[in-house]
Amino acid sequence: MAEMMFWEAVRRAHDEEMTRDPLVICMGEDIGVVGGTYKATQGLWDKYGPERVIDTPISENGYTGLGIGASFLGVRPIIEIMSVNFAWLATDQIVNTAAKVHYMSGGQLKAPVVVRSPGGTAHQLGAQHSARMEKVFMGIAGLRVVTPSNPRQAYGLLKSAVRCDDPVFINEHELMYNMKGEVPDEEYFHPLEGSEVARQGKDVTLFGYNISVHWCMQAADILSKQHGIEAEVVDLYALNPLDRAGIVESVGKTHRAVIAEEAEPAVGVGAEVMAIINEECFFELDAPPVRVSAVNAPIPYNHTLEKAAIPNAKDVVAAVLKIFGK
Amino acid sequence: MTSAKKSLLSVEAKKRLLREMLFARRFEERCYEAYVERKIGGFLHLYPGEEACAHGVIEAARAGHDYVITSYRDHVHAIKSGMDPKAVMAELFAKETGCCKGLGGSMHIFGVEQRFMGGYALVGGPFPLAAGIAKGIKMKGGDEICICFLGDAANNQGTFHESLNMAKLWDLPVLYVCENNLYGIGTRIDRSTAVVDQYQRVSGYGIPSKQVDGQDVEVVYAAAREAVEHVRSGKGPYFLELMTYRYRGHSMSDSNAYRAKDEERMWSKRDPIIMLRDRLVEAGKLTEDDYKNMDTEILNEIEDDIIKFAEESPEPSMELLDKYVLVENDPWVKGEAR
Repeated sequence: MAEMMFWEAVRRAHDEEMTRDPLVICMGEDIGVVGGTYKATQGLWDKYGPERVIDTPISENGYTGLGIGASFLGVRPIIEIMSVNFAWLATDQIVNTAAKVHYMSGGQLKAPVVVRSPGGTAHQLGAQHSARMEKVFMGIAGLRVVTPSNPRQAYGLLKSAVRCDDPVFINEHELMYNMKGEVPDEEYFHPLEGSEVARQGKDVTLFGYNISVHWCMQAADILSKQHGIEAEVVDLYALNPLDRAGIVESVGKTHRAVIAEEAEPAVGVGAEVMAIINEECFFELDAPPVRVSAVNAPIPYNHTLEKAAIPNAKDVVAAVLKIFGK
Repeated sequence: MTSAKKSLLSVEAKKRLLREMLFARRFEERCYEAYVERKIGGFLHLYPGEEACAHGVIEAARAGHDYVITSYRDHVHAIKSGMDPKAVMAELFAKETGCCKGLGGSMHIFGVEQRFMGGYALVGGPFPLAAGIAKGIKMKGGDEICICFLGDAANNQGTFHESLNMAKLWDLPVLYVCENNLYGIGTRIDRSTAVVDQYQRVSGYGIPSKQVDGQDVEVVYAAAREAVEHVRSGKGPYFLELMTYRYRGHSMSDSNAYRAKDEERMWSKRDPIIMLRDRLVEAGKLTEDDYKNMDTEILNEIEDDIIKFAEESPEPSMELLDKYVLVENDPWVKGEAR
C-alpha cells in the first residue's frame, strides 16, 4: 500500500484505464499540454496523444455533449470540467441527455460517460468560483453521483465509473488534490453505491461526504477526547443513489444523527439524509437529527467572512453537544 | 440557390422517392388525426412540406450505416433511416411495441439498430452529440458519417457555435443539415436572427457550406451527394442549408396564426411531392392513375397495417416504469466485476 496524493490517485486511474482500453479518452480545458489545473491528467498527453487526451475549447456544454455523443458509440470519455461552477453550463447535456437517454430510448442507448469536476470553497475565489453542486446532480434520476473523500476512493471510484455503463458525475474538491492517503498497489475498484463507516462509535452518527468527512473525523476525535462521546462517522461517498440501508443501520445503533455538508442547507444532502431517517427509523431516534450546513448566501470574497460561511469540525462538535444538552 | 440540372437519380429511384415522400406525408397526416382523437398524446411536431429534406439527404447517404440524429420533428427521418413505421406509430400510441416501448414518445424516437440515434427535445441539443458520434466514428476507424438535421432556429443556441468550432477544429466526419423553414416556433427568422442566410453564419468556422432549394428532392439529393462525399473523404464537417417550409404549426398546440396566407399559398405551389409527381408525369414515366393508386395503397397500408398494429398493441407493463433509469445489473456498480 503506497501513499499518494489525491491528484496522483486520479491520474493513476486515468492512466491504467487508458492503457487497458483504447476507447477510454479524456477531455477538458487545459488537461492535455498543460496537464490539468490540478494535475489529474499530467503526462497523459505525451503518452496517449491529442486524439485521446483532448484540450477542449472553453465550451462546457459543447464538449460535454460531444463526450456524451461519443459514448453512444462505446467510447468512454472522462470529461474534466475545471470547476463545478462551469458545470452549470453543461447541466443541459448532463441532465437532459446523459441521464435520460437510456430511459427515453427504451433501453437502446447507453451513455457511459464520466464527468469529474472539483467544487467547494477554496481560498477567496469569490461567489462564482465556490459553488457546491452536488445537491443539484444527486437529485437527477439516471445520473450516478459519487464524491471521494480520500485518494483511495478517488482512484477506485474513477476506475469503476469508467467501466460502468451509466453516466457518473464525480464531485471532487479543490482543496483536496494535495491530500495524502494510502492507495492499494494492486488495481482497486470502489463500489459506486453504498457508504463506509470511517470510524466506529455508539453515541451519535456523523454523516459526511467529500471534505465534510474530515470535519466529522476531527469532530469525533474531539468528542471522544474532551467530552466522552463516541461518534460513528459514516462516509457517504455515493450521493445518488444514497445508501438508505447504511444510514438506517448506523442510526439504529447510535440513535442520534448529525449531517455535515458544505452546501447551503435547503434541498441538500442533509435534507435528504434526514428524510431517509424520518421515513425509515424515526422511532429509533433519541433526539431530532441536525444539519450542519453553509450559510444561505453566495460565498463572500473576504477571508474571514468566507470562513464563517462554511462549517468546520467545531460546528459539528457544537451540534453534537447541543443534542446531548451540553 | 442552386436549381436542378441534370438528374443524378434514375427514374426508378425517383418513383421510389415519390412513394416514400407521399408515405411520409400520409403518415404525418394520420398522426394529426390520431392526435385529435387523443390516441397520440404530448407534443406532436409534424413534417408535411419538408419531406424533400430528409429524403434527399438520407438518399445520398447510406441509411443504416451512417448515423442520423435530429430534433423532435423526427418521425420521417427515423423511417427514412430504415425504421419500421409500425414501431414508430406504436411509439406515438405509447404502446409496448413502440421503438422505445412507450417511454420516449413523438419527440424521442430511437432506432439504434438502424443507427437512428434519436430525436431530442432541447433545441440545439443534438449539435454536440453529432460531433461526438463523429468523434466515435473517427476513433473506431470506420467510414461512416454522422448526419445531424436541425432547424434554422437551433442555430441561435450556443451549442451551434460550440459544436461547429470543435467539429472543424478536429475535422470530425459530421454533416450538419439545416432545414430552414423560416420560423422558430412562431417567430419569423428575420425577427429572431441577425443574419438570415444560415449558410453564411458557418463561414466563421472555416466549414464549407451551401444553401439550396429544400423543396426539390433532386436538388437536395445532388447537394447532399457532394456534402456526404466531402465528409466521408475525411475533409471534415460540412453544412448544408435547405430552404423549406412546414405546412402546419410548430406543434399541434400552435394555431399557426402568425403566417400570411399569401406566403402559405406561395409555398404550397412548391410542394415537394407535387413537384416530383408532375415532373415524372410530364416525362411520361408516371400517369395520374399510377399516382392515385400509389396513394390508395399507402393509405390502406397505414390504416390496415400500421394503425391497426398500434391500436392493437398492449400498453407497456408497469415494470417498465423504472427499468431503464440505470443500466440493469451493471457489475461495476459493486466494484468487483474483475
